[in-house]
Amino acid sequence: MSARSYAPKRPAGFVPLLLVFIAFVVFLYGPMLTIFILSFQGPGGGLTFPLQGVSLHWFYKLAEGLGVVDISAALKRSLALGAVVMVITVVFSVLAGLAFRKRLRGGNALFYVTVASLIMPSIIVSLGIGLQFRLLDNVIKAVLEFFGATSALEGFGTSLGMYTSALGAHLTWTLPFGLLIMFAVFNRFNPAYEEAAQDLGATPWQTFRFIVLPLIAPSIVGIGMFGFTLSWDEIARTSQAIGDSNTLPLELQGLTTTVTTPSIYALGTLTTLVSFVVIGVAIAASAWLGRRKVQ
Amino acid sequence: MQHNTSTPSAVALPRTLSAVWQASPYALVFVLFFLIPLGLIVMVSFWNFNEYEIIPAFTLRNYFSIFEGCSSLNDYGDLCVTFKTYVSTLRISLLVWLLTLVLGFAVAYFLAFHVRTNRMQTLLFVLCTIPFWTSNVIRMISWIPLLGRNGLVNQTLINTGLVQQPIEWLLFSEFSVVLAFVHLYTMFMIVPIFNSMMRIDRSLIEAAQDAGASAWQTLWNIIVPLSRTGIIIGSIFVITIVMGDFVTIGVMGGQQIASVGKIIQVQTSALQLPLAAANAVMLLIVALMIIWGLTRLVDIRSEL
Repeated sequence: MSARSYAPKRPAGFVPLLLVFIAFVVFLYGPMLTIFILSFQGPGGGLTFPLQGVSLHWFYKLAEGLGVVDISAALKRSLALGAVVMVITVVFSVLAGLAFRKRLRGGNALFYVTVASLIMPSIIVSLGIGLQFRLLDNVIKAVLEFFGATSALEGFGTSLGMYTSALGAHLTWTLPFGLLIMFAVFNRFNPAYEEAAQDLGATPWQTFRFIVLPLIAPSIVGIGMFGFTLSWDEIARTSQAIGDSNTLPLELQGLTTTVTTPSIYALGTLTTLVSFVVIGVAIAASAWLGRRKVQ
Repeated sequence: MQHNTSTPSAVALPRTLSAVWQASPYALVFVLFFLIPLGLIVMVSFWNFNEYEIIPAFTLRNYFSIFEGCSSLNDYGDLCVTFKTYVSTLRISLLVWLLTLVLGFAVAYFLAFHVRTNRMQTLLFVLCTIPFWTSNVIRMISWIPLLGRNGLVNQTLINTGLVQQPIEWLLFSEFSVVLAFVHLYTMFMIVPIFNSMMRIDRSLIEAAQDAGASAWQTLWNIIVPLSRTGIIIGSIFVITIVMGDFVTIGVMGGQQIASVGKIIQVQTSALQLPLAAANAVMLLIVALMIIWGLTRLVDIRSEL
């Protein structure tokens, strides 16, 4: 290791801190690993160790549905909502990130609103959106009544729903991460490439498409991953701002008190697997785009 | 940082205009789903309600009912329900804050100063953040097979003869709530503190060492002050999350422990919306006071 001899010597406390770090990683992943193992519990097994054989029994049970809850429908709803949130988060935060590089009127206010949304207790956001759409319901009903549209009035349930209130609630949580990532990217961004392109006569669109976009592509993938995974697991902000059909995590939260079989672990394994696939694809894509950038 | 400083001012005007257009979809989301809802909460907190509907008529009834009996101790010498709940929520917040701060600082310090190659640093950092992108509820229920009455911990303790019967307070207790918070949210400390630490000029540390500072003195007089911003940002995150929480306290507390967030959730589900709104306003005021106290110490934007 003589080649490394120039490196400053490690500060004191390497061994104890290494042990703390290892303990922390075990603390993070250990419990997850236990439910992963227990979801393959044999048909006769329970919620705790020991394993009574190994089987896919509880996954089959899960596919049949848990009580009144249709898991696969909730799964599809959450996947679709996550995809929509992901696309909107990417597009809106990249646009806003570009806007912040220029002189943006009201930029400071927008930044503080972003930070406020990030640290606002979720129950407050959720209550506010729920309240908003319930008041909107009252307005819609009053308007329908005023115009005497009785059939429409009878058919009207609520404006609360997956792609209205729940979508909005998710965006208040995912967009701040998107913008902060854009800030971090552009704070380290060298504008020389853009200036060169402009000097060579590139239009603003060409400059963005062929210079800026490839350079920020790895981070955009990261924003997309935040958008999807945060939406996929979101509970607190959705809880009071959802209509008749629940997202998967909300169903899961309800099931924690009623389901007493390893099926709930099977559900846990399944949703974590979806998260891991998305994270893995995102990290791989980001690394690939990053390498291409260097070449 | 602004590249258009070098471009002629003649094009500055349309550029500013397009900046507003570019930011408008983003801004619109926050107007529609954040600012207006917050305004409505404040408004409805002054409205009346009965069993069937909310009534748009000004009243202070909701605030009076929050502070009912709070002017003095009750006959048993206890605080009123609201104060008691806030005290309990603040106590849990403080405990979680201290634990996540110490643990988060230690992990960030290890990553920033003990891991030498960039590659390894990134790898270990990602390892610490991956669980953040997975479901919180699943991470909570994953403690059940470990801490439950027949869980791994109790089995081990009984088999080794350390205890005679299972320990009951491991799960669905304040202990499990705090444990779950630390498990879920230490990440919010690690990331900003690590970010601050990576910006510390390494030559400062060498200089301190050359000048004869002990490792402890270097840590306390150089690294901690220069990590201040990260520490404060992390603290704001952890404290506001725990103050407003109802999911973790609900699931890990077996739906038995009171918290401010839980009160709001229960009142919302019971459609006592004006009461829930008044409680939300109180929570907001308390949270803002804590944040204001903390942010006076840093400028967040310059740290990204």
